[in-house]
Amino acid sequence: MLYRTAGQFKTSYHADHALFPVKQDAWLLGIILIFAYAIIPMTASEFSFNALLIPVLIYALAALGLNILTGYAGQLSLGTGAFMGVGAYACFKIITAFPDLNIVVAIALSGFVSAAVGVAFGLPSLRIKGFYLAITTLAAQFFLVWLFEKWGWLYNYSSSGAIQVPNIKMFGITVAGPNAAPVTQYYFVLGVVTLVTWFAINITRGRIGRMWKAVRDMDIAAELVGIDLMKAKLSAFAVSSYIVGVAGALFVFLWRGAAEPNLFDIPLSFRVLFIAIIGGLGSILGNYLGAMLIVALPVVLGTLPGMLGIPIQSATVEHLNVMIVGATIILFLVVEPHGLARFWQIIREKLIMWPFPH
Amino acid sequence: MNAPLEHTEIVAAGDDGIAPGELLMDVRNVSLRFGGVKAITDISFNVKKGEIRAIIGPNGAGKTSMLNVINGFYTPQEGSITFRGVERRAMKPHHAVRQGIARTFQNVALFKGMSTLDNIMAGRSVKMHRGLGWQMLWHGPALQEEIAHREKVEEIIDFLEIQHIRRTPVGKLPYGLQKRVELGRALAMEPSLLLLDEPMAGMNLEEKEDMSRFILDVNGQRGTTICLIEHDMGVVMDLSDRVVVLDYGKKIADGVPDDVKSDQQVIDAYLGVAH
Repeated sequence: MLYRTAGQFKTSYHADHALFPVKQDAWLLGIILIFAYAIIPMTASEFSFNALLIPVLIYALAALGLNILTGYAGQLSLGTGAFMGVGAYACFKIITAFPDLNIVVAIALSGFVSAAVGVAFGLPSLRIKGFYLAITTLAAQFFLVWLFEKWGWLYNYSSSGAIQVPNIKMFGITVAGPNAAPVTQYYFVLGVVTLVTWFAINITRGRIGRMWKAVRDMDIAAELVGIDLMKAKLSAFAVSSYIVGVAGALFVFLWRGAAEPNLFDIPLSFRVLFIAIIGGLGSILGNYLGAMLIVALPVVLGTLPGMLGIPIQSATVEHLNVMIVGATIILFLVVEPHGLARFWQIIREKLIMWPFPH
Repeated sequence: MNAPLEHTEIVAAGDDGIAPGELLMDVRNVSLRFGGVKAITDISFNVKKGEIRAIIGPNGAGKTSMLNVINGFYTPQEGSITFRGVERRAMKPHHAVRQGIARTFQNVALFKGMSTLDNIMAGRSVKMHRGLGWQMLWHGPALQEEIAHREKVEEIIDFLEIQHIRRTPVGKLPYGLQKRVELGRALAMEPSLLLLDEPMAGMNLEEKEDMSRFILDVNGQRGTTICLIEHDMGVVMDLSDRVVVLDYGKKIADGVPDDVKSDQQVIDAYLGVAH
């Protein structure tokens, strides 16, 4: 009933190429955006900004970057964490070298640094694929983290070996650093994430997205329809690394406030990869659903016993948490191997039919 | 401008400035070896503009290798190929596409995760040029280009009568339709030479009749030159203007179907002969 698509005819290709050919989808997105931009910021506490909302957005953005490479272009990467690090360190160097530079510009520029590094480490993809490529990205992961540790210039030779985010103002409002208000940071991250997501949707549904998907599904046939494999793969690495780099810069500047090299180590890469896989490879929506499950669920579970007044030791909560989250992930993958996004698709198809299933 | 499109415009062949009946492609003394295995030995034949040329032969005769040489998957050790008056030896498949050679595969080589529409749109990749910047914004030039090509693709979809599966992922389609989508993708490239590797393999009679009709229409209405490999002799003899016969990598006959049919060497190759 609610999702009835009958009667929504398209009379031009222009209308058929709209972002949401079905009206209800547009309404749904509108409601989500109202929640994200208006209702949540008004009601959320400082804790939920820092522990839930901002990290979900940033992780979803990183997963989106990885999804473009792995889900759309079919090139498996295990080095996402390190590329996030490249973005973060690049942003740090740019901000400390040009303190007056607008932080949006700095973050946008640091994405380009990450994209360049991504393309360099993407070069092996021209000759190898699948697990073998994954191994070379793993090499990138280890090499880059080692570089963050050993190359003093990157962290301005600070004695701790870590990077510290200074207070950064934009149009008179502190957006990053110790003095920034969580709600400002939330809006900043939300703005960047919305914009990048919109760009990503546009790229993936157009000529370039088709090119990537063609390479993913059958590279020989892709070459046969005139797709230059080198261009397709390297552009996927560039766009993916750009987004991952921006996510890395946000990760440190708008959320963590400081970072050590080992923050970008392999657990971060795996975390982002899990989000992309559980959310659904080859889907934009999936990254958000995956990030909610992987990032937000443990936080929610951790606060539940306290809220319900159940006297459990915090260590026990930690253990239970790991078990519940692990079991949920396995459950979702067993029920729907193609990820949460596919789950939503099925629900949507059912809703379109409902209540007349024939 | 808005007049209904002529049916002949449906499958526009690349404008190559070659008159029908003149030489489109000339294969001269091509030999291909894999180590010590000779796949093709000293084969010469030509394809004239506007004809349907068949390559036949028993299994392992080197037919598919020949197509692979033509569209750049393999580089022959000896010999030359002249296409549209330009001689070339080593080339990449995507260069062949740019020259106007499109191809379908023996085992369907579609993009399984993509819809029929996207598969055929992918066939137009070479003709679309809007860069990343425009693609990011979507509205404006990128969308205009997309719609312009969508119109061409819809013509092909109409022509092949696959409107009902426009949005279906091709992995879910039955084999016969997949073959048709693959033909559609090749047509979307608007080739001057269309290579078909066993377009009717594994089809029933009705599907074969449909496919034959499509091949004849592509050839007849638009003058697209076709070079096909097929095992169904009835189909080959009915469709093709000229046939070249390979056996063990060598050419044993070349000519109009009737001559080839009565050639003793061809009969021996197909039926076997007591040594």
